[in-house]
Amino acid sequence: MDIRTTGGPPTADEVAAVDGLLGTPDSLWEGGRRRPADDHFARGGRAVRSQRHLLLPLLHAIQDRTGWVSRGALEYACRRLSIPPAEAYGVVSFYARFALKPRGALTLRVCDDIVCKLAGADEICAAVDAERSPCLGLCDRAPAALVERSGSSYEERQIAPVTVAQAADTLRGGEWPDQTLSTPLSPTLSPGGRGGLLRRVAAYDPERLDGYRALGGFAALMRAREMGSEAVIREVTEARLLGRGGAAFPTGRKWESVAKATERPHYLVCNADESEPGTFKDRVLMEADPFAVVEGMAIAAFATGCEKGYIYIRAEYPLARARVENAVAQARGAGLLDIEIEVRRGAGAYICGEETALFNSIEGKRGEPRNKPPFPVEVGLFGKPTLVNNVETLFNVLNIVSEGGAAFASVGTKDSTGTRLFCVSGHVERPGLYEVAMGTPLRELLALAGAQDIQAVLLGGAAGSFLTPEQVDVPLSFEGTRAIGATLGSGAVIVFDESADMKQVLLRIARFFRDESCGQCVPCRVGTKRQEEILERMLVERNGDRSADVMLLSDIAQAMRDASICGLGQTAANAIASGLTQLKVLNG
Amino acid sequence: MADAVFVGMPKRLVGVNIDGREIEVVEGSTILDACRRLTIDTPTLCQLDNLTPVNVCRVCVVEVEGSRVLVPACSRKVEAGMKIRTDSERVRHSRRLVLELLASSVDMSLCSAQVQGWMSQYGAQPERFGAEAATVAQPVKVDNDLYVRDYSRCILCYKCVEACGVDAQNTFAIGVAGRGFDAHISTEFDTPLPDSACVYCGNCIGVCPTGALMFKSEHDMRAEGTWDEGLRGGVHARAARAGQHDRESHLAAGQQRHRGAPLREGAVWV
Ligand SMILES: Cc1cc2nc3c(=O)[nH]c(=O)nc-3n(C[C@H](O)[C@H](O)[C@H](O)COP(=O)(O)O)c2cc1C
Ligand code: SF4
Ligand code: SF4
Ligand code: FES
Ligand code: FES
Repeated sequence: MDIRTTGGPPTADEVAAVDGLLGTPDSLWEGGRRRPADDHFARGGRAVRSQRHLLLPLLHAIQDRTGWVSRGALEYACRRLSIPPAEAYGVVSFYARFALKPRGALTLRVCDDIVCKLAGADEICAAVDAERSPCLGLCDRAPAALVERSGSSYEERQIAPVTVAQAADTLRGGEWPDQTLSTPLSPTLSPGGRGGLLRRVAAYDPERLDGYRALGGFAALMRAREMGSEAVIREVTEARLLGRGGAAFPTGRKWESVAKATERPHYLVCNADESEPGTFKDRVLMEADPFAVVEGMAIAAFATGCEKGYIYIRAEYPLARARVENAVAQARGAGLLDIEIEVRRGAGAYICGEETALFNSIEGKRGEPRNKPPFPVEVGLFGKPTLVNNVETLFNVLNIVSEGGAAFASVGTKDSTGTRLFCVSGHVERPGLYEVAMGTPLRELLALAGAQDIQAVLLGGAAGSFLTPEQVDVPLSFEGTRAIGATLGSGAVIVFDESADMKQVLLRIARFFRDESCGQCVPCRVGTKRQEEILERMLVERNGDRSADVMLLSDIAQAMRDASICGLGQTAANAIASGLTQLKVLNG
Repeated sequence: MADAVFVGMPKRLVGVNIDGREIEVVEGSTILDACRRLTIDTPTLCQLDNLTPVNVCRVCVVEVEGSRVLVPACSRKVEAGMKIRTDSERVRHSRRLVLELLASSVDMSLCSAQVQGWMSQYGAQPERFGAEAATVAQPVKVDNDLYVRDYSRCILCYKCVEACGVDAQNTFAIGVAGRGFDAHISTEFDTPLPDSACVYCGNCIGVCPTGALMFKSEHDMRAEGTWDEGLRGGVHARAARAGQHDRESHLAAGQQRHRGAPLREGAVWV
C-alpha cells in the first residue's frame, strides 16, 4: 500500500497532538523525517498498521487541540498509522463530532431533540450561534447544551438546563459553567430500597474508591472469584436476565457462548453509547456510581474469560467518561483488576450503539454495522469472540452475584425478571430516573413522575412507539409491551401533554433517523430520506395525495423493517407509523 | 514417489429447500450460489463473484424460515435444512422498494438491460415518490484525461472501493465518505484524481455497474453523439448481453471496446 499525501505538512500544534498520543516517530516509515538509514531499512508495516484502532483517539486529540481536523493533520495521522488518506477521510466525515472546516475555539451544541424541543430549544438555537445536536442524554434537565473549548487545555461541559442568556454568555467567553451534574437534579427512585440498582447514587463520592468500598463495593467481584466462572454464569442464567440495551437477549446464554468460544483472545465491550433520544440511565449510573461499572465489567470478563475490556462511552458524556476513567485507574491501582480496561470515546453517531458498528468504531473504521451472522460471540471486536453488554445489564449482574439468580428472578414477572430503569422526561412534574419492578403498570410510573393531561407517551425512544392515554395500563415488561405492539426499548418514557405539537415531534423523529442512518444499505439510506420528505409534505406543506402518501410510507416502512441490515433501519418507521395511527396529527 | 499433500478436508454437501425444490450444494456456498444452480433469477447490484460481499444494496433478499427479517442471498451461507423462499410477497415487496428507492434518487439509465429487466419485473415505479424527491444529482467530475466520474449515477454499491482497495488493487484512492443519504464515494477531501493515490489501473471502471465511472473516451463520444450503443455497447451493456456477471467479463468487454475506440489525443492507456 502506497500512502500518497498531498495536503501539505501538519502544523506544530497538530504534530504535538498526534505525538502526544503516539510518541515521536522513529523513522520516515512511521511518519517522521527522512534519515539516511531510512533508505536502507523499511520499518513499520504490520506493526504500524495494527495500530489502526488508534485513529479515533488521534482524531479526538487533533480536534481537542485545534478545534478541527485539517487535511495536513489527517495525513500526518495517516502516515503515523499507515492508513490510506481516502479511507481515513471516510472515517472522519462519518462522525458528526469531527469538523472538517476551521472553527473558533468555542463550540456550543444545543440539543433540539424531542424533549428539549418541548422545553424551548428552538428559541435558544434561533437566538445564539450554536450547532444543533440530537439528544444529549440530559432530557431530565431539558433544554440541554454542551460547550467545548479547544486548545492545549481542552475543556468540555454539559449545561442543563440552559437558558438563552447563559448560552449567549458562554459563547461570548463568559464564565465557564460549573460541572455539577453529580448531584442528581432528577429523582432517582428505587422501590427495592437496599437492593436497588440506584442505591449508591448520591451515597458516596463517585471519585473515591474507598467510598465505594465502604458501601460493600468489590465484594461481588470477590464473591464471583470464589464461586468460579461456571457458577457465575449459572446464576446469571438462573436469574433469566435479559439485556437492557434494547434487544432483550438472554444474558446467561450470551455469556455461555463467549465462555465456550475456542478462539482467543476474548474481548469484553461495555456498551455505553446511550444515544437513543430520551435515554439517560447509563449516564446517571456512570456519573454517580462509576466503580460499579468497573466491577460489573470485571465480573463479566472473569466469567467469560475475556483478556481485555473496552467501555465505549458516547462523546457527549464528558463527566461520565472522566469518572469511569478515574474509577478504572483507582481500581487498577488498588490491585482489584486482573484485566486491562480501556475507555473509548464515541464521536457523535447514534449508530455506534449497534454492537457491530461499535466494533468497527473501536477498530478505527466507519461505524457501519456488519451483517449478522456471524454473531459477536463468535466473530466480534477485531474478529474475535466478544461479549457486549449494556451498562444497566452489568449493574444487574452485580446484584445477581451477591444475592443469587433465584432471588433476582423472584422480582418482576416470569418472563421479565428483576427491575428496570426508566428515564421519564417531557411534560411531567418530576422528570428523572425511576427504578420499578418489571411488570409495573406504566400508569404507576407516570403517577410517580407526576404526569397530567396526557396526550401521548413515547415508550422506548425514537425507535419505540407512541401510546395513547387509553394504553397506559400496559405492564412495563418485555411481554406486556409486546402484546400491544410496543417495546420497552432503552427505557425512555417521554410524556406529552395536550399542549405538545405532535407533528413537530414526528418530524423530529424522521429527521433523527435520516441524520443517523449510516447510509450503507438502500432501504434505510433512501427510505429514511423519503420518509422525512413525505411526512413533511403531509404534515407541514399539507399538499400531495394524502392516501397515496400514507401508502408510500407504509410501503417504505415494510421494506426498511424487512430488508435493512441493522436495527436502526428496521425500527426507523415504528414511531412514525404508530404516531400516524394513534395520534390525531392527520386531522384538520 | 512425491510426498503426500494435504488438500484439506473434503467439503460436505448441504441440503436446502428453495421454493419447494430440494438441492444439495457444497457447504460454504451462499444462498445465491444455490439459487443460481437452480437457475432462479436473483437480482444483484452490489455482488460480484470475486469481490468480498458487502451486502448493502439488499435487492437480493430472500425469506428464510425462522428468520425475523429477510436475508441477503449474496452473503448468507447455506445451512442444512434451510427453507428459503425467493418469490414470496415479502421478497417481491422489498426488491421492488429497493429498486424504486434507488432509481428515484440515482440516474440508473445506463445500467444494463438486465437491471432494467428487474425494474419492470418487480413493477418498480420510482416516479411515485414525486418530482420533489431528493436525488444525488451533481456535476460530472472530469479532472483528468482518462476517467470520468459521474456520481449522479452512483448507487453506492461499494464495488469500486473494494476493487481499488483490498480486493484487487491495494491502492485505496477512493472510499465511502459522509453518512446516510449524504454518503458518497470520494477521494480524500474530494481532491481531484490526479492528486489522489489513483494509479489509473481501471479496476473501478471495470466493476462499476451504473456508468458512474467511465472511460473519458466513452463519455466524450456520448456527449458528441458518436457513441453507438448497438455497435460497440458500453462496458455494462456488453457484459450483460453476454449474460456474465464477474469482473473479468466486465474488464474484457471494456478492453474490447478500447480497441475499437479511437484514442484521444493525450490519452494513455495503462
Ligand atoms: C441503532 C441501534 C442503537 C443501539 N444503541 C445502543 C446503546 O446505545 N446502548 C446499548 O447498550 N445498546 C444499544 N443497542 C443494542 C446493542 O446492539 C446490543 O444489543 C446491546 O448493547 C447488547 O447488550 P445487552 O445484551 O446487555 O442489552 C443499539 C442497537 C441498535 C440497532
Ligand atoms: S439499517 Fe441503516 S444504519 Fe443500519 S446498516 Fe443499513 S443504512 Fe446503516
Ligand atoms: S461509482 Fe460505480 S462502482 Fe462505485 S459505488 Fe458508485 S455505482 Fe458502485
Ligand atoms: S437531551 Fe435534549 S432530548 Fe435528550
Ligand atoms: S446483491 Fe446482495 S445485498 Fe446487494
